[in-house]
Amino acid sequence: MIRLERLTKIYPGSTIPAVDNVSLHIPEGEICILIGSSGCGKTTLMRMINRLEPITSGTIKIDGKDVTHMDVIALRRSIGYAIQQIGLFPHMTVFENITVVPKLLGWNKKQMNERVDELLSLVNLDPAIYRDRYPRELSGGQAQRIGVTRAMAANPPVMLMDEPFGAIDPINREVLQDEFLKIQEKLKKTIVFVTHDIHEAVKMGDRIALLDAGNLIQYATPEELLTRPKNQFVKDFVGADRALKRLDLLKVADAMLKNPVRCSTEDASEKILERMVEKNLNYLLVTAPGNHLVGYVNIDMLRGHKGVVGDLARPMSITVRPDQNLKDALSKMLTYDIGIVVAVDDQGVLQGILNSKTLVSVVGETYDEHGGHWGNITTGGRIL
Amino acid sequence: METWQFLINQGPETLKLAWEHAWVVAVAVTIAIFTGVPIGIWITFNRQAADIVLYIAGIIMTIPSIALFGIMIPILSVFGYGIGTVPAIVALVLYSQLPIIRNTYAAIKNVDPAIIDAGIGMGMTRFQVLFKVQVPMALSVIFAGVRVAVVMSIGIGAIAAYIGAGGLGHYIFMGINQTYDAMINAGALCVAVMAVITDYIFGWIENRLVSKGLRT
Repeated sequence: MIRLERLTKIYPGSTIPAVDNVSLHIPEGEICILIGSSGCGKTTLMRMINRLEPITSGTIKIDGKDVTHMDVIALRRSIGYAIQQIGLFPHMTVFENITVVPKLLGWNKKQMNERVDELLSLVNLDPAIYRDRYPRELSGGQAQRIGVTRAMAANPPVMLMDEPFGAIDPINREVLQDEFLKIQEKLKKTIVFVTHDIHEAVKMGDRIALLDAGNLIQYATPEELLTRPKNQFVKDFVGADRALKRLDLLKVADAMLKNPVRCSTEDASEKILERMVEKNLNYLLVTAPGNHLVGYVNIDMLRGHKGVVGDLARPMSITVRPDQNLKDALSKMLTYDIGIVVAVDDQGVLQGILNSKTLVSVVGETYDEHGGHWGNITTGGRIL
Repeated sequence: METWQFLINQGPETLKLAWEHAWVVAVAVTIAIFTGVPIGIWITFNRQAADIVLYIAGIIMTIPSIALFGIMIPILSVFGYGIGTVPAIVALVLYSQLPIIRNTYAAIKNVDPAIIDAGIGMGMTRFQVLFKVQVPMALSVIFAGVRVAVVMSIGIGAIAAYIGAGGLGHYIFMGINQTYDAMINAGALCVAVMAVITDYIFGWIENRLVSKGLRT
């Protein structure tokens, strides 16, 4: 989709290239993160794509077309451009800000109205409330959303984003990032995204290009960058806690044990008790037909009980979803001091079980771990 | 009290002079806006021109008004307009340039470069950035310059009576000649009232023209 070939930028009056012989290919529908410390050339590189910075040498091709051969105004209108919140026009309403490019492209009033309503709904802002507001009447998070929406207004296949979530508090940033990823999942734009935050890069990027002093140091998927950093510089950049950063990347589904041992609500308590003692289990999951999680039982509850386990099962107060990232799951486990957490989907169907042992081994570290108070967890389906 | 009496007795005459005064100022300021604002915009593209233009406008501002009217007489009499309303208008146009040009220039220059960058990055032409972004954002400061020019012109316009341009300055100069205090006061009072009212009107227009998004 976007192909940079031997791209070099030397600012007039300087001998040191700001961007030095960079070649990279960004496939269609992916988010490519340009990252590096300030002055590494990441912003310059991005700005060369829509020719805000003239190219010294090398070529940039979008869809096979050399950008230097295109009309610069038409090129820019065909590429979404989002910068930090400050880029909203303060004298224009939200509606006017979003429709800047559609207006330049000559859309009619009806098309613009529909588009604005559609986009505002997409970022969870009620059009009736927000379309006629001015930027100064918006919170930081709302302004940021409008900035991103504005870049998408004319439905460009390619978007350039320069730290679009930069000027915002960490909590809202996470929310905006999640929201944006959800939108991207649907729209599949080709995005060049500049940031200096490795955390954001790992979370948002399909690929990460790490730059230093104008040179492309490593271009890889986040997974590869964290597990196989090319050299010491990359190692230092991604940080000593790069193993922890993988928690952001991996989902509960990647680390959970599928098909954990369990019993059914219909099973007789005495039999289950027997099996638990035999298998050295203190606790056991209870499911209803269709594998719906009902809760759990422990040995003490079962002792002396005549009947079925369904009568005794206590509901699980803490569960995770398989599509949650491991960081959230681990955080839950630490917060509630539990060694094990059960993964259920939105319908309440048991998906698997996540314990700290498997979590740790998946993330790439191994500890000597002792069972936890659930006893030894094994897989293999129903206990009976 | 005496001043009040004078104004009542001289009602029609006062209105006639006020009309003359307002007319001279209105013509002068209109011309000044239509020259000063474009000049102010133009010099934002050219740093050197900006320095020269602002320097010249600054010098004009420092010439005492009475002297400027004096200078006008020999220059404009070549064209047969040595005295009367024409030199008065020319002088007021010249005086109004500095506040209008300076404010226009400063306001447009002050627009955040990030916002201009956003405009260019989205595919606006240089012209579109100027008229869709920079000028609307600069409007309130440009207006402030125009208001200064208007109020100043009303004040200086009183002196134009000295070279036969009529207006409320007529009362002031006649009053001085005749040591007639009520007449002087009446002239001064009318000029002041006119300045206040005009400033208020311009403030109202400014409020309507400047985007609500820019109000603090």
